[in-house]
Amino acid sequence: MRPEIARYACNSPEHTLNRRSMLGVLGGGLATATSAGSLLANPLARQHKRVLMVFLSGGVSQLETWDPKPGAPTGGPFRAIPTSAPGVHICELLPYTASQMHRLALVRGVNTAEDDHGKGSHIIHTGRRQEPSLEYPHLGSVAAKFVADADNPIPGYLNVVPGGGGGSNAADAAFLGPRYGSVTISDGRAPANIDRPVDPLREQQRHDLRRAADQRFMARRKSAQTEAYTQTYDQALQLMQKKALFDLTSEPAKLTESYGTHDFGRHCVLARRLLEGGAPFVKISHTNYDTHHENFDFHIEQLAEFDKPFATLIEDLHQRGLLSTTLVMVVSEFGRTPNINRNYGRDHWSKAWSVALGGCGIRGGSFCGKTNAQGTEVVDRQVHGGHLFATYLKALGLDPAKKYYVDQRPIPMVDPTGSPIGEVLS
Amino acid sequence: MTQEKPKPKEAPKPPPPPPEPIAGYNLATLKQAAELKNGSPLLACRFSPDARWLITTAQDNTIQQWDLAPDKDGKIAGKKVDMAGHASWTRAISFSADNKWLITAGYDGLLLTWPLGVAHPEPVRQVQAHTGWIRGVDCQANQVLTGGNDGRLAIHLLPDLRPSRAWQAHDCHIYQASFSPDGKFILSADLKGRVKVWDQQSGALVREFAVAALHKYDAGFGADIGGVRAWSFSPDGSSIVCTGITNVSNAFAGVGNPLYVVANWTTGEIRAELKPKEAFQGTGWGVCWHRAGFILGAAGGNGGMLWAWRDDFKVPVKPEPAKTEPKKDARKEEKKLEPIAEFVAHKLADNVRDMCLSANGKKLAIAYQGGIARVHTLA
Repeated sequence: MRPEIARYACNSPEHTLNRRSMLGVLGGGLATATSAGSLLANPLARQHKRVLMVFLSGGVSQLETWDPKPGAPTGGPFRAIPTSAPGVHICELLPYTASQMHRLALVRGVNTAEDDHGKGSHIIHTGRRQEPSLEYPHLGSVAAKFVADADNPIPGYLNVVPGGGGGSNAADAAFLGPRYGSVTISDGRAPANIDRPVDPLREQQRHDLRRAADQRFMARRKSAQTEAYTQTYDQALQLMQKKALFDLTSEPAKLTESYGTHDFGRHCVLARRLLEGGAPFVKISHTNYDTHHENFDFHIEQLAEFDKPFATLIEDLHQRGLLSTTLVMVVSEFGRTPNINRNYGRDHWSKAWSVALGGCGIRGGSFCGKTNAQGTEVVDRQVHGGHLFATYLKALGLDPAKKYYVDQRPIPMVDPTGSPIGEVLS
Repeated sequence: MTQEKPKPKEAPKPPPPPPEPIAGYNLATLKQAAELKNGSPLLACRFSPDARWLITTAQDNTIQQWDLAPDKDGKIAGKKVDMAGHASWTRAISFSADNKWLITAGYDGLLLTWPLGVAHPEPVRQVQAHTGWIRGVDCQANQVLTGGNDGRLAIHLLPDLRPSRAWQAHDCHIYQASFSPDGKFILSADLKGRVKVWDQQSGALVREFAVAALHKYDAGFGADIGGVRAWSFSPDGSSIVCTGITNVSNAFAGVGNPLYVVANWTTGEIRAELKPKEAFQGTGWGVCWHRAGFILGAAGGNGGMLWAWRDDFKVPVKPEPAKTEPKKDARKEEKKLEPIAEFVAHKLADNVRDMCLSANGKKLAIAYQGGIARVHTLA
């Protein structure tokens, strides 16, 4: 029995995938014929699974992080240090993270074969190369759709960005629908106008009027956009009740000191608060690692800012019992060239780089993949973006072999050439 | 009615006269005395006090000792000995004044002494002087001064490198550390272009000033870029010339220009900014103030360049801006400095990593990214 097709006014394939059909094909044993009532209650949501994506913007060097090559002509000046995971050494620039490696896993054989920032980022966020015919949803949108509870007042895909910017990006959700697009949290500050108006009665009257107008409009012309518009208003109302999540002043001073008072430290604290408060997917970014010039000086600066807050975040999640249900990934657009250029820089290198994982569904202290002595190529267990995406879904309890149905057309959730990386899964 | 006489056509301007020669030195051509080839890209170079040896360091963590003694035909064969002792790169090289010890300080935080000029040098003493990189080292009598990425200055004593004292001097990475020529002060400079002058005896901070042109916080990339990459004292000891990168428009692509800033460190006054006439993209990696009255600056980035400026700075003073005129560059207007152009420029064969001058001022050595060091005869 085919899942019910949404009754949208326009017949765009991007809008004809309804929520029931999605739930019908996902979630392990959840059958397509399941009743509508039980479909609305996402079983994964009941498990309170979450995702934390740490995006090191610009392309962090694998040699200065997860796959050091000290002594090699390409190795650079840094040494490798032992970690809390037996047999795993990482770069000396990550001493705090080294103490958390028994909770993390390393995938050292990543070859995404894409050295362009935008295209590399697309692969990391969607698990696929860009295709002219179809946009694929970000992992954050997938989590928002399949991990979050429908009644969760917190937007499903929160993107905490350094600096300015704001709003939402419906395009991230592709055919899943604009409701599952990312919501930008600018510099970790609470969204604008989150304070409730002074007069609750007037506020209620305004919303009643808006809902009445929406219902009248939707009865005649329903579209994914108008539906998302209405949902966004309701979600904003609910989020206003959760504004305390954005108030970091309630955190113990000692803890915030451990995280650090700089932007990335604050964003890590906020990420933990949001995850603890029920956010299904939080992405935080640290910028910037695009070090064509002075790679080593800049990695000292940047990783010194990344290392302690990140390690503190892992420890904090663990202490609060959240790590086992929070899938963590530290990713970038690509790695950096093993070759050291004439300006002490490293350029873009997607042929052999590394990703760190941890938490939900991940076997702490494990590692997979190997690069050669110079770090130029993967010599064992090469994986691409599809493998990573499949691993994420598997770790969350979703079946990567399932399909979306977009306008009756089956679309594999994961690039079919990729499969879960069993070596790092628990 | 009177008719204006037609103006005579202006004759083309004659080319500027060649620079007046500096007595005893030929800077118009670079006379190469030796080409020293190493397998790994070079990082730094220094002559021993007697100029018999050139020490270079390389990206494979090794140190090279090159014998510059000429053969019977006056040619320098440049016999090399590779030395292993650091677990990381080394850019800080110094010597004991008696020509007995080579002192190296590395990115591994280690301070090492080596016997100079022996056939197979091995480290004699080793101490963990800093946490993280050491970029600055200098030696005076039996005192070895180091400055590190931990922001600390430290003094160890020869011959056993016994710790003498150490103190937190900067809140960011120290890029240079030197004794003043008269030995009474210690100078240190950091990533942010700040120069601090310390009393050598008491360790008290005497003065602090900024070579602001050599630092920028690039908000787009969220990182500091710059720092005093090399420096050199004036022959009278009162001034210091600092180099690095300025005008940075893209930190992570290295889009900026080398600049050589002259400061009177006894007052903190910025005296002059020495800038190449032709725009060159890169970083100043070497600077040497010659006692004959000129300053040599070397840079790497898009290739390599060497420039020379006279040190009798006739600094053109920028006119006072009108009071209503908005200030575009507060730093330059405050100092009223116009950059001074060089009198000699040489395009070099490769990307410069470092430059040094022999104590007698007759030899110049440049270390290149391509793994070659070239020795030039100036006199």
